[in-house]
Amino acid sequence: MNDNTLISVNDLKKYFNGEQIKALDGVSAEIREGEVVVVIGPSGSGKSTFLRCLNLLEIPTYGHILFNNVDITDPKTDINIHRQKMGMVFQHFNLFPHMTILKNMTIAPIKVLKKSKEDAEAQAMALLKRVGLEDRANAYPSQLSGGQKQRIAIVRALCMDPKVMLFDEPTSALDPEMVGEVLDVMKQLAREGMTMVVVTHEMGFAKEVGSRVIFMDEGKIVEENDPVTLFEHPQSERLKSFLAKVL
Amino acid sequence: MDFWAKFQSDFYQSFVEIWTKLQHEFYQSFIEGDRWLLYIKGLGTTLLVTVLALFLGVFLGVLVAVIRSAHDQQKVGKVNPFLKILNALCRIYVTVIRGTPMMVQLLIMYFVVFSSTRNQVGVAVLAFGINSGAYVSEIIRGGIMAVDSGQMEAGRSLGFNYTTTMRLIIIPQAVKMILPSLGNELITLLKETSIVTVIGLRDLTKAAMLVQSKAYLAFMPLIAIALVYLAIVMFLTWLVEKLERRLRTSER
Ligand SMILES: Nc1ncnc2c1ncn2[C@@H]1O[C@H](COP(=O)(O)OP(=O)(O)OP(=O)(O)O)[C@@H](O)[C@H]1O
Ligand SMILES: [Mg+2]
Repeated sequence: MNDNTLISVNDLKKYFNGEQIKALDGVSAEIREGEVVVVIGPSGSGKSTFLRCLNLLEIPTYGHILFNNVDITDPKTDINIHRQKMGMVFQHFNLFPHMTILKNMTIAPIKVLKKSKEDAEAQAMALLKRVGLEDRANAYPSQLSGGQKQRIAIVRALCMDPKVMLFDEPTSALDPEMVGEVLDVMKQLAREGMTMVVVTHEMGFAKEVGSRVIFMDEGKIVEENDPVTLFEHPQSERLKSFLAKVL
Repeated sequence: MDFWAKFQSDFYQSFVEIWTKLQHEFYQSFIEGDRWLLYIKGLGTTLLVTVLALFLGVFLGVLVAVIRSAHDQQKVGKVNPFLKILNALCRIYVTVIRGTPMMVQLLIMYFVVFSSTRNQVGVAVLAFGINSGAYVSEIIRGGIMAVDSGQMEAGRSLGFNYTTTMRLIIIPQAVKMILPSLGNELITLLKETSIVTVIGLRDLTKAAMLVQSKAYLAFMPLIAIALVYLAIVMFLTWLVEKLERRLRTSER
């Protein structure tokens, strides 16, 4: 294990319905600090399950996950503390509809990190400014467009000062003309050195800022390489046929 | 005397007779011995029992709903035995309450469980609150299940524990959704409290019954309280509908 390894996944398995569905069937991977790891693969290959296991939204059936050298799959570990350091962005945004944007962003820092209201709001406003939405601070989520919602979801996660950001198809629910504005925020984040794990179908994003691309199929990692090599010299037949379909 | 004139005078006479009788009945039903005070006090008791029972019912309902949802949302293979027992108790509670008549529950409460107390209001509030809690818990459970599962995931991924996510994120949304149903529960409760007469509590219905037995009159007292119940229910229905419309337009 490298010194700068942030997350280390060892032989992860996740079964649903007893053993009928093997969503993850032995996945091992390392995510190092500052890396942008892009996960691709056909529908049902286990990408979301992999990502959701990383912060234990799904409890793995077998295997171990070390985060900051702590085994978070150990039942004795308090996962709530580690989740604070892992930001997550969902396909459907999952903003809290009964709270203003500012409240969405400050509630966790205030209640979980015990920050003062002033500090939390100052930080939130600074982040809103960065994504060009400072004038929407007092709006409700229903008053925003999809692209705006997703940008808010990203900065809401950033308010917790996470060590890693997990993205599950962040642009898949967006109208095409809004994909760019969300990807821009993510690219900016990547260039600033944030550690990111991104499940996406945006191959352009993977090529531009990805440090590494993982190709999954049927619950396994089939191929793993830097973007240029992976896209231009695919080894396995499965990756070749997948790329032929999506590129 | 021709027929028409006789008819007119007969009609007039019977009209006067009925009118006088009504006036007399009205006097006996409401004025004599300050009987109107009985109704006012009775109405006060009815409203008091209804409102306190609703508060108790909502409190119990939220408690039971959260316990049962927490139990149902546990990850497979990680069953908390304490939660399992609580959940079983909640299920027994809901089954027993919903499976027996309200009147029987009230009688048991007054003549068996609290047979030594004469605090009828307290017993009535307890009996109706406990009864209402079982129904409210099912309403709230429905509300919790109707909140998008992504809300729980978003809360948990920000570092909130299960209880805090429930309290800050899920319950507020669930309550907003079920507010109209809670309004209807209040209406049901208001009407149902009329059976507290069986434990001798002087609510609005009992007031009419008292007057009936004192003045040997049934028509006016009973129609009067029926109109009072109807007026309150219509007012509450109007409020609930207004609320529903507002919730629908502000759909956040
Ligand atoms: N909660 C669940 N219960 C049962 N089966 C599930 C559950 N979640 C996922 N699965 C199954 O596990 C497999 C992997 O699902 P997963 O969502 O991880 O795929 P994915 O790669 O993210 O696909 P997509 O690109 O469509 O999002 C699928 O066969 C899916 O049906
Ligand atoms: Mg998915």
